[in-house]
Amino acid sequence: MKPAPFSYYRTRSVPETVARLAELGDGAKILAGGQSLVPMMNFRLARPDALVDVTRIPGLEYLRAGPDGLRIGALTRHRTVELCRDPVVLDGFGLLPRAARWIGHYPIRARGTFGGSIAHADPAAEWCLLAVLLEANVVLAGPAGARTVPVSDFFEGFYTTTAEPDEMITELHFPRAARHAALTEFAQRQGDFAVVAAAVSVDLGVAGPPRPGAACRSVRVVLGGVGPLPFVVDTGALGGQPAAAATWRAAGELAAAQIDPPADGHGGPAYRRRLAATLVERALTEAAAAP
Amino acid sequence: MTTGTSIPRGAIGASMARKEDPRLLRGRGRFGGDFARPGQLWARLVRSPVAHGRLRSIGTDDAARADGVVTVVTAASLPPGLAIPVRLQVQDADLRDYLQPVLAADTVRYVGEPVAVVVAGDPYAAEDAAELVDLDIDEAPAVLDAAAAAGPDAPRLFPGGNVAADFTLGYGDVAGAFARADRIVEIAVEIGRHGAVPLEPRALLADPDPATGRLSIFGMTKVPVFNRDLLATLLGMDETLIHVHAVDAGGGFGARGEFYPEDFLVPWLARTLRRPVMWVEDRGEHLVAVNHSRQQVHQIAAAFDTSGRILGLRDDVVHDNGAYCRTHGIIVPELTVAMLPGPYRVPAYRGRVRVVLTSKTPCGTYRAPGRFEGSTAREQLLDVAAHQLKISRNEIRSRNLLRADELPCQRSMSTLGTDVVLDAGDYPALLAAAQAEADRLGYPDEVERGRRAGRLRGLGVAAFLEKSGLGPQETADVVVSRTGAVHVFSGGTSLGQGIETVLAQIAADALGADPDQVSVVNGDTDRQPFGGGSWASRSTVVAGSAVHAAAGAVRDRAAEIAARMLEADPGDLVSEHGRISVRGDPGAAVTLAEVARATAPASPYLRPGEPAGLSARRRFEVAHMTYPYGVHLAVVDVDPGTGGVQVLRYLVAYEVGRAVNPALVAGQLRGGAAQGIGGALLEEFCYDENGQPQSATFMDYRMPTAAEVPPIDVLITQDSPAPGNPLGVRGAGEGGVSAAGAVLASAVRDALGLAGSVGRLPLTPARVQELATNGGGR
Ligand SMILES: Cc1cc2nc3c(=O)[nH]c(=O)nc-3n(C[C@H](O)[C@H](O)[C@H](O)COP(=O)(O)OP(=O)(O)OC[C@H]3O[C@@H](n4cnc5c(N)ncnc54)[C@H](O)[C@@H]3O)c2cc1C
Repeated sequence: MKPAPFSYYRTRSVPETVARLAELGDGAKILAGGQSLVPMMNFRLARPDALVDVTRIPGLEYLRAGPDGLRIGALTRHRTVELCRDPVVLDGFGLLPRAARWIGHYPIRARGTFGGSIAHADPAAEWCLLAVLLEANVVLAGPAGARTVPVSDFFEGFYTTTAEPDEMITELHFPRAARHAALTEFAQRQGDFAVVAAAVSVDLGVAGPPRPGAACRSVRVVLGGVGPLPFVVDTGALGGQPAAAATWRAAGELAAAQIDPPADGHGGPAYRRRLAATLVERALTEAAAAP
Repeated sequence: MTTGTSIPRGAIGASMARKEDPRLLRGRGRFGGDFARPGQLWARLVRSPVAHGRLRSIGTDDAARADGVVTVVTAASLPPGLAIPVRLQVQDADLRDYLQPVLAADTVRYVGEPVAVVVAGDPYAAEDAAELVDLDIDEAPAVLDAAAAAGPDAPRLFPGGNVAADFTLGYGDVAGAFARADRIVEIAVEIGRHGAVPLEPRALLADPDPATGRLSIFGMTKVPVFNRDLLATLLGMDETLIHVHAVDAGGGFGARGEFYPEDFLVPWLARTLRRPVMWVEDRGEHLVAVNHSRQQVHQIAAAFDTSGRILGLRDDVVHDNGAYCRTHGIIVPELTVAMLPGPYRVPAYRGRVRVVLTSKTPCGTYRAPGRFEGSTAREQLLDVAAHQLKISRNEIRSRNLLRADELPCQRSMSTLGTDVVLDAGDYPALLAAAQAEADRLGYPDEVERGRRAGRLRGLGVAAFLEKSGLGPQETADVVVSRTGAVHVFSGGTSLGQGIETVLAQIAADALGADPDQVSVVNGDTDRQPFGGGSWASRSTVVAGSAVHAAAGAVRDRAAEIAARMLEADPGDLVSEHGRISVRGDPGAAVTLAEVARATAPASPYLRPGEPAGLSARRRFEVAHMTYPYGVHLAVVDVDPGTGGVQVLRYLVAYEVGRAVNPALVAGQLRGGAAQGIGGALLEEFCYDENGQPQSATFMDYRMPTAAEVPPIDVLITQDSPAPGNPLGVRGAGEGGVSAAGAVLASAVRDALGLAGSVGRLPLTPARVQELATNGGGR
């Protein structure tokens, strides 16, 4: 459990990083919080010949809410998101700080970065699910300058994205707020990656918990842990349904019916389907009750 | 051996802070991996990547040429036919054909089996070069299901087949009991493969001294004297030329410190290369290399009369031992069937066990070996029987527990080479005390409250019998130096359990000294060449009794010398707090330091022919084990939507005979319960259909963390001092884990309102979810 040999570089700016990556070629990798990359290197599942450490680049750790939504710098630590109490962020994006506590353990949250999580593209990662749920954009810097990619065009499969080897993620942009939203998940131990995670939002048209007889305009459900990508459930059938327990239960069954999850050490496909149904129902119940 | 000096009762029974803590809490402990020697080399094992196959060739040229590499060794370079012998021979089993070679020569039988070693100047270079060793293996089918592997048509791991042993223990007319039973209850219970997994992996440093031919070893912690002697035999050396040093260890739990292939390889390499050689196991290796444990299938049945009394008990166990028989031989399966009747009145019993070899990591003991497994099967059986007999789970237990007046109870069986004689105790009283404590702590209320709130909440109960204090002997030396410091050289080893503190307390009381004056060295083969090691909950009992005797002898000798110094009668002396004074005249006193100096070679107080020094060596012998017992109770919530099980409350009630240090007993029980929660709910070594390990990281091998373990309540009773040793102590190492599988199975079964058994541990969410769906609700 010692990494194969590699060389190490530290950069101080985004252009320097991009230039360095271009110079080093395909064998180089960005090192951010190291919470995914370093374990993989120790298992020799990843064997980069060079690491470009970006953690000393100034100015990439922020959460900024404004009229065009929320912008999160790539080097923002999970823990910084978790502790964010900025009322402008909380109003509309309170889901992110609430969801952060599901990520690993405290030391991992203190080191791991938002951009690293998106770049790593684990289909059960909380930030990846929320990026899909909230239809975020990924801002990348490359030799040809910056470009913005909607997440729907970014994640390709297990741990793979459409980013080029010489590109660096600099920012995540969440254009739309979601008041009635929640993420919930199940793992046997606190801090483990979710066996199944459900990220949901409900558009009730108004703030506050649903009034009796209120209907949902639309429902979004994204599942993690059920395939190679965050899975977007087709929830068309739920539009206009009452914002009530029966609908949330139906949404769970709808989700369970649409997925084709893998079998692994946690259980077979049937177990994951049950789990998805349970978690979607619970997440929607929580989302609808959000202030 | 007692003189007129009084024996103050002070240290024993006090919850003293651990003597180990100052160094361990300040980071001054020294673990195997902390040692380093100038010019030291690093070893890296090359392990089989396949579960079963014929080793056609091993290409070592590229690795040998790699940067920094000193040598690459395969079986061909070693003395031929090297296999690791069984340390504990029982039931006359002949296991010679199933022993693990140091390095596989022609067949590999599990993923992780050592096939070569690379030695290099640093651990990185060694690991890089190990990847270059080219293994050509002709793969054969993996043998994974033990029950199938026992059958005639299974692929064979060994020419003699896959069943290493098949034996039956028992007594009485079992067939007759079942024939006249009013009710027969039978269930199948499977225990998942898991293991000790101490948080510090293994580490070993061997340092040869070219001048003297001596070999210093750091990192053998458990049975250092046995390992030294075995190593000496294998290397053809005089055993006193090998010095195993005492080091700290981050947990043992049965797995650490047995003689593994690395325990031969590292010293052999050091001798051959004439350089210090270090090997530090990493976590990935540890999870496939170190002994696994527990994997068994029980087909268990009991015959009852109309009032729910057991007439007979039988069990048919298939024990999956992995690829080889290692140092533990067949003691885990033996203990399983020998201890299976537990604390109950079982007039007729038969336990059969087949020890089956499979293409997995070989197995050994893990804290409460055989009892965790057997108690789970037996207690589930009693729960199911209570349901069928329409009596409560407590009732069926209190009707069948042996009463105090039925002890001692000899069962016509042997285990670990000793007869099974349940020594003393009051099992029903402890069950009642545990219930009362749980009531007082509000367990039943909590269950009611949860159920009223619509939760699937269950209460589990399990009674168990432990064993401890395995002899047959243990030796201790006690030496008082010129400063009055008392040095204990014991045959135990420090594995994190606090044995230094416990032995210091025992020595202090027996000697009339303060525990602060006492320092304890465990596991140094030069200082204590006759030690039996720390395992089987034996050290407080047997090492403690040896220390008690040796310290008592020193007290007597000190009194003799002091009498000469004070011109008093030894019978008039009082030994307390390191001072020996004349009774009724506290001014007439000498300190232990003064007495020790008065035994210096030129001292006028020494008589002709008397040896110099204030010291004694004593040996404690014991033919039988002592059998502690206990009860576990637990409250759990089952989430039917996820299958998750949350342990809300947990109580261990345990009869320890006499608690030398109650805080340490509680610590042992709590730590054991935490491990038991892991084994019952979380931990399992899984394999895919090709025999590839699926639990090879701490992400997949799920040990409980602080978040999964509730505060553990303990009730320590000292109502039944062990009759077989002078201190009355019973071991405390394993009672916390023994019934954890049983009690959590019982609690989950209760939460789900199952009529039958939970069937299998660990109770993973997927399994519990299935039980919740198909097993029917409350
Ligand atoms: C025990 C444990 C439990 C965990 N549990 C969870 C969990 O429950 N949920 C969860 O989401 N995560 C979990 N993680 C992973 C953690 O969140 C990581 O921090 C995260 O996945 C990666 O972020 P990082 O900054 O550590 O990236 P690194 O590990 O440094 O890098 C990961 C990958 O992303 C690339 N990369 C990093 N930054 C950039 C960038 N700015 N632009 C382009 N590429 C980049 C790297 O080259 C590498 O390929 C866990 C980790 C551990 C060790």
